[in-house]
Amino acid sequence: MAHRRTRVKSWLPVLLFIGGAVAAAVYFVENPGSAMAARVLTYDHLATLAAQHVGMVVISSLLAAATALPLGILISRPRLRLLGLVLENLVNIGQTIPSIAVIALSFTVLGLGFNTAIFALWLYSLLPILRNTYAGIISVPPGVREAAVGMGMRPWRILLRVELPLAFPIIMAGIRTAVVVNVGTATLATFIGAGGFGHLIVTGIMVRRLQLLLSGCILSALLAMLCDHLLGMVEEKVKTSA
Amino acid sequence: MGFWSLVVSRWNNILESTGEHILIVVAAVCVAVIVGVALGVVITYWRSLAGPVLYFCQVVMTIPSLAMLGLLLPVFGIGYKTGVATLILYSLLPIVRNTYAGIQGIDPAIIEAAKGMGMRETTILRRVKLPLAWSVILAGIRTAVVMIIGIAAIASYIGAGGLGEFIFRGISQWNLQLVLLGAVCVSLLAVLADGLLKRVEGRARR
Repeated sequence: MAHRRTRVKSWLPVLLFIGGAVAAAVYFVENPGSAMAARVLTYDHLATLAAQHVGMVVISSLLAAATALPLGILISRPRLRLLGLVLENLVNIGQTIPSIAVIALSFTVLGLGFNTAIFALWLYSLLPILRNTYAGIISVPPGVREAAVGMGMRPWRILLRVELPLAFPIIMAGIRTAVVVNVGTATLATFIGAGGFGHLIVTGIMVRRLQLLLSGCILSALLAMLCDHLLGMVEEKVKTSA
Repeated sequence: MGFWSLVVSRWNNILESTGEHILIVVAAVCVAVIVGVALGVVITYWRSLAGPVLYFCQVVMTIPSLAMLGLLLPVFGIGYKTGVATLILYSLLPIVRNTYAGIQGIDPAIIEAAKGMGMRETTILRRVKLPLAWSVILAGIRTAVVMIIGIAAIASYIGAGGLGEFIFRGISQWNLQLVLLGAVCVSLLAVLADGLLKRVEGRARR
């Protein structure tokens, strides 16, 4: 879409999202609306939930990137082309499986707890990163690769200096998708006892306290938008430098 | 063996929940297609609206689905209404985006030819633009359907019915088989819907 202006990502929304989250947290703690909500809405508890939510997302995303990147590189090797095609199809099917189903299935195998949530989130964010790593490397034009071979580059050097830099914007887009979906899926982790902002939402629905419900919704939504924006900034930087 | 006997003993239950699940998804998609295609067409005429509308849809997509359900709960109350409203919102982005992209992607020469034949703008839209963009729009509908089948399962938590009920009831009663049943059914439904719509898409492209 040529006519669309390239929107330069700035730091302003980052400040807005963080400021908004802090303001919302302060507002809800100072105005809990009811004694029952006041018991849940304390600074300590909100900090714990935030740490759980961010912790889940960061740990599972890092693990997913650490597994999906090498795996994606591996299956993009010409010798493993067949395996790559098979895995690509499997990943496409896997991506249609809903996040709640992945959480539920992990629960049946691993039981309740933080580690189960990490496992489910890791599994679910593997797929977009794996797919984009594979697609990014496959999309490097053969001519470019041949030129590198002609220059006498070794396979490792070709991978590190040619293929990965060219594929990096696509890989970054996969990581961004994975992380944003991850923040959303992490709100469901409360159903299997892993805490996070979903805890506020679910408790709010159960005891019918609007303040609880809204605090959880606003904080998790702002976290998702913040991650999306930050990774969007990284993506843009990668694109312009590539 | 326990799982299969559960499937057999709950067969009617499964069918009923699957029916409910499909019903809320189809209801939401029908509304989203009407609104989304209209919106997508409108922003091809008012270009200045395209950026803001697409950006708004993108923002909606980043909001976690449980949060969206929670935000709409005070408005629509416990039950399927909140669920359907949430599903409509989430299915808008892929449909609006693909309608817009599909129409923008048509070769301008074709539209010029239609104009040269003396067609009016409404006729061009109905007879040229929409039929040519249809396969792209269908791809958007497929993305939307697969996504909201999963969100509908979460909507069971606020009383919207459907297959998610097995999952939530199973977790609260510590009935692992029931959780497994819910997860398998929802996943199967999503995979089947994806395959079916892919086939429809392939036929539309020809």
